[in-house]
Amino acid sequence: MELLPQILFGVVLLAGIGFFAKNVKTLRRNIKLGKNVVVSDNKPLRWRNMARIALGQTKMVVRPIAGLLHIIVYVGFIIINIEVLEIIIDGLFGTHRIFAPLGVIYNFLIGSFEILALLVIIAVVIFWIRRNIIRLKRFIKPEMQGWPKNDGNIILYIELVLMLLFLTMNGADFQLQQMNVAHYTHAGSFPVSQYIALLFEGLDVSSLILIERTAWWLHIVGILCFLNYLYYSKHLHILLAFPNTYYGRTTPKGQFSNLESVTKEVKLMMDPDADPFAAPVENENDTPPEKFGASDVVDLNWVQLLNSYTCTECGRCTSECPANQTGKKLSPRKIMMDTRDRLEEVGKNIDANKGEFKEDGKQLLGDYISHEEIWACTSCNACVEACPVSIDPLSIIMDMRQYLVMEQSAAPSELNNMMSNIENNGAPWPYNQMDRINWTQEN
Amino acid sequence: MENVLKVPTMAELFAAGKQPEVLFWVGCAGSFDDRAKKITKAFVKILNKAGVSFAVLGTEESCTGDPAKRAGNEFLFQMQAVTNIEVLNSYGIKKVVTACPHCFNTIKNEYPGLGGTYEVIHHTQFLRDLVSEGRITLEGGKYKGKRVTYHDPCYLGRANSIYEAPRELIKKLDAELVEMKSCRKKGLCCGAGGAQMFKEAENGDKEVNIERTEQALETKPEIIAAACPFCNTMITDGVKNKEKEASVGVMDIAELIASAQDL
Ligand code: SF4
Ligand code: SF4
Repeated sequence: MELLPQILFGVVLLAGIGFFAKNVKTLRRNIKLGKNVVVSDNKPLRWRNMARIALGQTKMVVRPIAGLLHIIVYVGFIIINIEVLEIIIDGLFGTHRIFAPLGVIYNFLIGSFEILALLVIIAVVIFWIRRNIIRLKRFIKPEMQGWPKNDGNIILYIELVLMLLFLTMNGADFQLQQMNVAHYTHAGSFPVSQYIALLFEGLDVSSLILIERTAWWLHIVGILCFLNYLYYSKHLHILLAFPNTYYGRTTPKGQFSNLESVTKEVKLMMDPDADPFAAPVENENDTPPEKFGASDVVDLNWVQLLNSYTCTECGRCTSECPANQTGKKLSPRKIMMDTRDRLEEVGKNIDANKGEFKEDGKQLLGDYISHEEIWACTSCNACVEACPVSIDPLSIIMDMRQYLVMEQSAAPSELNNMMSNIENNGAPWPYNQMDRINWTQEN
Repeated sequence: MENVLKVPTMAELFAAGKQPEVLFWVGCAGSFDDRAKKITKAFVKILNKAGVSFAVLGTEESCTGDPAKRAGNEFLFQMQAVTNIEVLNSYGIKKVVTACPHCFNTIKNEYPGLGGTYEVIHHTQFLRDLVSEGRITLEGGKYKGKRVTYHDPCYLGRANSIYEAPRELIKKLDAELVEMKSCRKKGLCCGAGGAQMFKEAENGDKEVNIERTEQALETKPEIIAAACPFCNTMITDGVKNKEKEASVGVMDIAELIASAQDL
């Protein structure tokens, strides 16, 4: 009988972690649906970027208010997780406040957790107000309707409830300690929850224990649920921000990668010694000619897919986007959200069809992202610069342009004119190459 | 006072067995566009005045391929790139200066992977170096005390992190540099990049260049300085649209310097 709570706890913990592991597996599988790119350069710089941008939140504070509030919630969450460790040990071994012998240090820790919890509550409330009362422009764009909007609020509610449970648990514990109830050793300092304890004055021991235990259980079960909510939510960024900033670009933002498959063909065309009748050099396995650019998620590379899962839907990219600012349909955030939604759809399709993707007649380009969006981009890199977690929406836009132009010849006609001018005259306008130096003679 | 421009071509120098200090990559806009040609000439005047040994490719120069690449035509881009690289390499070019941030970005960042590695410098960096080496002097000219705001071209600023060279030059002219509300890393695009220059914009409620021009005009400038021929065109159009062309000039940094010296 004594052991029952411990066994129950073990089961809940295992279920929570097991389900999470399953989600992580799906996540990995989906990301690996992307094309392979090797990212092995510049390791020291990559670690530094991760430390600076993900851990150090340097990009968040570009917008000071949101940045500061975010840091509070972020630090709060990381630090309060030390408390979760204690909860897990207590839960498994039937102990109570196992770290209490740390004495002064313990008091200090619990005290600072409480203050952080209070700060988190304040930050979360302000966040909620920004989203729902002030209705900041970037949170009410068209792509934020429905689930994304609810998701943003649900996260705030969960965080609020978790913090309140934590404080309630401590408040009841504090009250029990005051009453010298056995098992409730005097430990910890309770700068915040001592005020909650005031509400509990006059309650008998068994009700107090009931409150304390309920809060304790709900808190830890809540955390496990939250852990499993991540996969379905923009909140996944709390984990993926780390790999994503590591794998983020380290080259100048203006440098777009050169398509290797094209290089091979161009070299062959330009090489006067090439034998036009020579059998094409093939890899061992007869691969079909590579598709240029991207029309669906599997044409993107895995870093781009990781990007899509990492997106926090904060809309900083979109609010800096010149196209979006001037009322065009393009929103770089939507590019990332669409990519993730389509990737999820492909993943579910694979799960439903015993590990094989069954053609569903849909693709990212056209069914999710319109041509109009793709062509509205000025390639200005404002979105890339603005993203606090090193996401590159521009690279996806450019890959789709490549598909439209090289596979579909579907460029807007003015661009076709521009390109044929370059082809024929070596300039985007219909001028004669031989007139290129005439400016030296003109006044 | 129209001086005769001295613009040697690589072919001429090569025939004479000479190698210039630097190749001036003029670019398509700089060669053909009426507004941009003025920038090209202003820059050449400064080069002549400072006695810089340079050359242009002239008719051997061809589009870098930037607009093709940003439009998604990687084939055309690489064809252009490989052709240009062949010419540049055949002359043994080591150092390239250009007044166009798009040419700058493409040659600097995208040509090396295709066999063309050069030291590539934007003209604002080049001019700053000329100033710091004392080869040209700027102080106390006709821009003293004038309100100048500077528009960061995306392909110079965010794309390549060059924010200070043009600003240093404006300050050297003793002008009063006033910043727009979005500048440097947060600078708003003029609307021309990504091959937008060559097409109509998608449906929206405003043109990007108008938005940017409004931001510039908010600073109450006498001059809006640019460092890119495309930005220059876009903002010039914006200023015209706002009917402010009589009171607000749109000028390239090279033009500011050349006219400050009455070149
Ligand atoms: S690069 Fe394209 S999508 Fe990104 S901010 Fe600029 S215009 Fe918008
Ligand atoms: S791409 Fe980056 S900036 Fe844009 S919404 Fe996602 S996380 Fe925010």
